[in-house]
Amino acid sequence: MSARRPSVFLERETYRRRRIMDAARLLPILGLALFAIPLLWPTPDTAGPETDPVPMSTAVLYIFGVWAFLIGLAFLFGLKSRGWGPMGSEGLGDEDAR
Amino acid sequence: MSRNVLLIEDEPNIIEAIRFLLSRDGWSVHTHANGSDAVAEVARVAPDLLVLDMMLPGRSGMDILRDLRADAATADLPVLMLTARGQTRDRDMAEKAGVSRFMTKPFSNAEVLSAVRELIGEKDAR
Amino acid sequence: MASLNLLVSVCLGYVALLFLVAALAERAAAMGRAQWLRSPLVYTLSLSVYCTGWTFYGAVGYAARSGLEFVTIYIGPTLVMIGWWWGLRKLVRIGRSQRVTSIADLLSSRYGKSNGLAIGVTILCVISVTPYIALQLQSIALSLSVFTEEDATRTMETGAFWAAIGLGIFAILFGTRNLDANERHHGVVIAVALEAVVKLFALIAVGVFVVWGLAGGMGETLARIDVSEIGQWEVHGGRWTAITLLAAAAVICLPRMFQVMVVENEDERHLRVAAWAFPLYLLLMSLFVIPIAVVGLDLMPQGSNPDLFVLSLPLSQGNEGLAMLAFIGGFSSATSMVIVAAMALSIMISNHVVMPIYLSTRSGQGASISGDVRHVVLLSRRIAIAAILVLGYLYYRLSGGGAALAAIGLIAFAGIAQILPALVGGLFWRGATRAGALAGLSLGFAIWVYTLLLPGFGANGLLPASVMEQGPWGIDWLRPYALFGITGMDTIVHSVLWSLSLNTAVFFAVSMMTFPGPVERLQGAQFVNVFDHSFGPRGWSGSVAQSEDLMIMSQRILGPAEAQDLFQREAERQGARGHLPEPTPAFLETLERELSGSVGTATAHAMVGQIVGGSAVSVEDLLAVADESAQMLEYSSRLEEKSAELTRTAAQLREANEKLTQLSVQKDAFLSQVSHELRTPMTSIRAFSEIMRDEDGLSAEEKARYAGVIHDEALRLTRLLDDLLDLSVLESGQVSLDMRSGQLTDVLDQAVAAALAGTTEGMAVHRRGVDEAVALYTDLDRLAQVFINLIANASKYCDAARPELTIRVRNLGDRLAVDFLDNGSGVPVHARALVFEKFARVSGDKAGGAGLGLAICREILERLGGDIHYLNDHSGGAFRVILPKAHAMAAQ
Repeated sequence: MSARRPSVFLERETYRRRRIMDAARLLPILGLALFAIPLLWPTPDTAGPETDPVPMSTAVLYIFGVWAFLIGLAFLFGLKSRGWGPMGSEGLGDEDAR
Repeated sequence: MSRNVLLIEDEPNIIEAIRFLLSRDGWSVHTHANGSDAVAEVARVAPDLLVLDMMLPGRSGMDILRDLRADAATADLPVLMLTARGQTRDRDMAEKAGVSRFMTKPFSNAEVLSAVRELIGEKDAR
Repeated sequence: MASLNLLVSVCLGYVALLFLVAALAERAAAMGRAQWLRSPLVYTLSLSVYCTGWTFYGAVGYAARSGLEFVTIYIGPTLVMIGWWWGLRKLVRIGRSQRVTSIADLLSSRYGKSNGLAIGVTILCVISVTPYIALQLQSIALSLSVFTEEDATRTMETGAFWAAIGLGIFAILFGTRNLDANERHHGVVIAVALEAVVKLFALIAVGVFVVWGLAGGMGETLARIDVSEIGQWEVHGGRWTAITLLAAAAVICLPRMFQVMVVENEDERHLRVAAWAFPLYLLLMSLFVIPIAVVGLDLMPQGSNPDLFVLSLPLSQGNEGLAMLAFIGGFSSATSMVIVAAMALSIMISNHVVMPIYLSTRSGQGASISGDVRHVVLLSRRIAIAAILVLGYLYYRLSGGGAALAAIGLIAFAGIAQILPALVGGLFWRGATRAGALAGLSLGFAIWVYTLLLPGFGANGLLPASVMEQGPWGIDWLRPYALFGITGMDTIVHSVLWSLSLNTAVFFAVSMMTFPGPVERLQGAQFVNVFDHSFGPRGWSGSVAQSEDLMIMSQRILGPAEAQDLFQREAERQGARGHLPEPTPAFLETLERELSGSVGTATAHAMVGQIVGGSAVSVEDLLAVADESAQMLEYSSRLEEKSAELTRTAAQLREANEKLTQLSVQKDAFLSQVSHELRTPMTSIRAFSEIMRDEDGLSAEEKARYAGVIHDEALRLTRLLDDLLDLSVLESGQVSLDMRSGQLTDVLDQAVAAALAGTTEGMAVHRRGVDEAVALYTDLDRLAQVFINLIANASKYCDAARPELTIRVRNLGDRLAVDFLDNGSGVPVHARALVFEKFARVSGDKAGGAGLGLAICREILERLGGDIHYLNDHSGGAFRVILPKAHAMAAQ
């Protein structure tokens, strides 16, 4: 059964790739959501008496933190996709083609 | 009896040679040196035999022969044609035109004599 | 305080460095050593052309006014970049496979090569980007003014002016240097990448100085932030969303961004790196914006321009070196933007506005020479760049340069964003049509102009205040800042909301209602399914449809029978399930070759590419087509020339052939003549020698006579042989001449005597002794031979009753003509051309010569340097002998 081994392995690999691609597609949506969260924060206008407005330093740390996080994820995806050969060729573009 | 031979030839020395030969053999030899009125001369002389050169001033011997053959009076006239141009094409043309005998110059005297005799003999036999 | 002169020289030095770098890069690229120039890093850095002078200076001002809202300008692009797998990958792939040259080209290409759309997008881009360029000029001018205390206005004006000129020259030099197939500009890209490093370094240096030098460290800075004017999170939700969207749109739609991101992209794998590296760059660019703004607000006097904190903060602290660095950073931000934007716009203008007009005005004159077209393209680009900078400068002067930098930038973004619906729809929705795109674009553009651009010039600027307050013609719901009666919205949000939503709605609605043309559908399929078409051996989806299209096209070009035959054969070769073959690459190659035989390579390639995908008609293709047509024209004119030449040659050949045929006839005649001439005397010789041998009774007289005949005929034979020999010697050129001096009259005397000796009928010879007193230096015997021949001929052939020969001598300058004119009928016209050929006896009338005489005469005279010909204008026989005179001969 040694002949079947590589194909099983390949299928697993392809499956993983597809899931990574899904994640890559989700990345901007995740970013959008994370960057939209501050909109829910109370501002001096909307803040009630019991809630303090969010201080700027917190906002800066959050925004830049999210930013760096997204960059990190994009970097990881770039790293993962490095060995995928020429983009758009087999195994990469096929899901777009369907 | 003396038979008439008409010789149409433009080279004086050849005329003289042939006249000498045929006269010695008992022929009465008439000569003519021009091609243009040769047919009329044949009609006038009414020879038993015609010796005709192929290249004549005025008219070629071939044309003269054709005219003679076309005329009923001379259709059977024995014609010995002489030519200095010795090409087979000329011989063919002459035979087509109805020549009786075709000889290339230079000829041997004996050949001419025997040819003339044979032609007259054939004519008599007919 | 740094002097203005120092600043200017620093600017010049910096620009000189850019020139050097760009020139070196161009050179390296030209020599094929540009590998390192095209690394993902350079690609990423070149994307930083997004960060303009507005970013560099304006972001701090923006933060000082509106807190964190400024980051939306970077968040938008960040989201686009990290979502590259969805959008940018496709965009870049399409850009490369369709050889797109600009954003206008992309839309035009997607929507069925619609040049109208391209022009529309070009106009939109020019109108949107011009204020943006003005903004850069303004930022340069403003930053200059910070360094000069006296007469700041004049400094700004001259600064902006010279900046415009300098940037124009740079853009023209490196943006229009050559006409690359893919519109790639190595020099510009590398310069932009260098500037990216400079501006990032400068901004970070200022930031570090502010945080650790002024504020006292990270913690201290954060504390300071919280107690500052902008110490609380107070972001307008609508603006946050709208500007994020605008920035996201801008990063793909801005002409300069499209240029560096798609057009200049060398390898789409670079996106993989840029996807995280460019957001990182943006993050670094904005990391210190808030600290600088906070510290600036803290330290700088009330009322100082926050847009210039980056410069004025170090300056106020006496750190001139840092200020200088910041100045260079801002300067480089502005220059790279202006250069790339002007270049990108010029490409659009030349390709979509100038070239179509140029080609249509020339269409009647046939294909133009390609060099011509190139020249026009480059020239129009140069002019376009100059015009764009002039426009930018004018905008700067007219608008007064007062408005906050960020505001102008956002207006430009909103204008450019109008392209987004058509672009995204075109990339992902096959149903998008040209009419929809055009309608959406136009409406969005109009709303943008009305609600943002025109009011941006201020009250009573371009729109009267009454329109602003009461709406046009008093129609309340058409007020520019309050469409449909919705008041109180932020102007940007208001404009973006209405323009983009209506743009999108109309785009979809019109697309649904209209039906796309064939090319449009084709292109739509190619764009949306770009990953099927561009690479990969498999996935010829819709291949039967493609084969049909190919078949239809081939029939038109090759003719039905031939095309069907070609397809049939291929189908059989492929093992034919149907009558149409699969469009395999091999077959496509074959087909392209077949087609190129009829329409030229470039056209065939474009046509096949059009149907199958992979590539479409680009400027370069069009140029190549024009080139090919020109070549075809040239080729056909050369063919005409050739055919004329052929006609001439054929005529010459016919002539030669006629002559050859005549000569061959003559050769036959020659042989039978030789035969005749030899046999005739031999007949007499043989006959008489036989007579003398065989006959006994010959008298002595007879014997003598016959021997005489034999002798004469033998002589005649000898003469003939002599003549033949003479002629062959003359013809082979082996004759040796015996050159002597003598008198013409003597030669003539001798010749007349010799020729007429022994002739019976006398011929009268007329001569004029005076004329004949001419000295000769020649072979006198040979000349005499010629004369004898001519005179003998005259006496032999002259058919007059009283033959007369006139020998006339004429002086022809350095030559002498001796004419022999008789009063006979002359040589018949048909025989004149042959009279000098061998055995060309005109008639057999007077036999005697062998017909070699005149041929010999001609040969002799040729040797003697003279000539002989027949005189056509004389009624009788007329030969002219031409001789060189004595002195001429002696000189030889």
